Amino acid sequence: MLDAIQRQLLEEIAGLHKVPEGAYNIRANGATDSRKTTAHIDIVSKTDKSGIDIRIQDGTRGESVHIPVVLSESGLSETVYNDFYIGRDCDVTIVAGCGISNCGKQDSEHDGVHRFFIGENSRVRYVEKHYGTGDGEGKRILNPVTEVYQEKNSYAELEMTQIKGVDSTVRTTVAELAEGAQLIVKEALMTHGSQKAASIYTVHLNGEGSRTDVVSRSVARGDSAQSFEAAVIGNTRCRGHAECDAIIMDRARVIAVPRLEANHVDAQLIHEAAIGKIAGEQLIKLMSLGLTEAEAEEQIISGFLR
Amino acid sequence: MLELQHVSYRVREDQEDLTIIDDLDLTVEDGKFLVVTGPNGGGKSTLARLIMGIRPVTGGKILLNGEDITHLSVTERARRGISFAFQQPVRFKGIRVIDLLRLAVGHPVSVAVACGYLSRVGLCAKDYIYREVNDSLSGGELKRIEIATVLARGTACSLFDEPEAGIDIWSFQNLIKVFESIRETSRGTVMIISHQERILSIADEIVVIDGGKVVRQGPRDEVLPEILGTSSAQNAACSRLEQEG
Repeated sequence: MLDAIQRQLLEEIAGLHKVPEGAYNIRANGATDSRKTTAHIDIVSKTDKSGIDIRIQDGTRGESVHIPVVLSESGLSETVYNDFYIGRDCDVTIVAGCGISNCGKQDSEHDGVHRFFIGENSRVRYVEKHYGTGDGEGKRILNPVTEVYQEKNSYAELEMTQIKGVDSTVRTTVAELAEGAQLIVKEALMTHGSQKAASIYTVHLNGEGSRTDVVSRSVARGDSAQSFEAAVIGNTRCRGHAECDAIIMDRARVIAVPRLEANHVDAQLIHEAAIGKIAGEQLIKLMSLGLTEAEAEEQIISGFLR
Repeated sequence: MLELQHVSYRVREDQEDLTIIDDLDLTVEDGKFLVVTGPNGGGKSTLARLIMGIRPVTGGKILLNGEDITHLSVTERARRGISFAFQQPVRFKGIRVIDLLRLAVGHPVSVAVACGYLSRVGLCAKDYIYREVNDSLSGGELKRIEIATVLARGTACSLFDEPEAGIDIWSFQNLIKVFESIRETSRGTVMIISHQERILSIADEIVVIDGGKVVRQGPRDEVLPEILGTSSAQNAACSRLEQEG
């Protein structure tokens, strides 16, 4: 049974107040808390290492899988391997995420390695939210690795959000797309205090007509530091777009490193990067509607990270 | 009532002292539909910014209903009932039209109420309400949304800084209709900075500013004939042709 802190973490990362609909696997402090499978979605623990295999049958449509992780013990460090095998002609939503509450002195760390094998013509929406809380000296560390392997004409949409409380994170995402496959990534990131965050994306457009759109929006406050590296590699006729848009505040640092690699004459690749502080005119406009400067700033940031 | 008493605004640029607003006096009675005109560089836009508090005055006083608001912030002036439509409306990534209208009203309002403000500025509400106020909107669309935020606030004093600037001739025709409707429905004071004859012709009162001073203030019927054909009262179509020709 989850305790109150774990339930609160669960609500933050997965919007869950109670047991979710559909298949789920809830992991708390390094062990499976509860699990449910459905007629079309099976979840099996790995035998050789920590983690689960999620198998979604061909033609599964309109179903969801929740696999949240909560850590409320200080000093816990784990690496978990979750593999998703999604059949053909599926349309599913996968909700993952990790919440860490560290009130102790030791660091808590969760490194989730998620691999997605998406079958032909399948659509997958993946929502991942990371959140940290707790007033202990111990750091809250999350290093997620996401690997996406897309078969012909599949579609994947990754929404990855980390807004609060994670001291150190390195997010690594690698994707390989076959013919006609499409990958959309929307990342929203906010760092504050002395937090450090790095996002590294590598998308290989291997199949004819494959497409990707990687968009990162981030806000760096306080003394935090962020770096965003996006590599889009076009190996055939394909279209790739990567965008990094950052608001920088206080004494923060932001690094954006674009990399486009075209290995074919019909690879159309674009990268856009912009880093800047909140425009004075934006603050004044909202203040002229009656908001204080601090309220205006919050509105601009929350809209930007929406 | 809005009163400006001996208001000055001086700046130092390139080691030179410039007087943008020079010991200016102006009184605007409640409920008036006032158009401020005058040659470019005469200080009109600066005057509007001084009233909203976007720029600080360097001399004189600004009074709203008898209260000295000279040293109040933009936020405090907004809360006392002044609104401002920017000449170049600001774009926001991620903030939607509905969000901006809700912030303008100051409390949560239904989509239907928010759509009402868009309809008043001639925008088909359902096409716009959930759009972001970003680069995807044209200059004319943005301008109308800007005006809608001022209408949504419904304050006692609304300032519009050159609403016609930067929009095409067709949007301009629609904009005139919007101001004609504001003219008929607004109970508050409306102050528009404009050169356009069509806007001047619906004013109760016209104020001409030149060299940082009020050089003429009076009822439309008296002032308009004096300034017709000058740069203070332009015909939209003709000025467009002049620019292009």
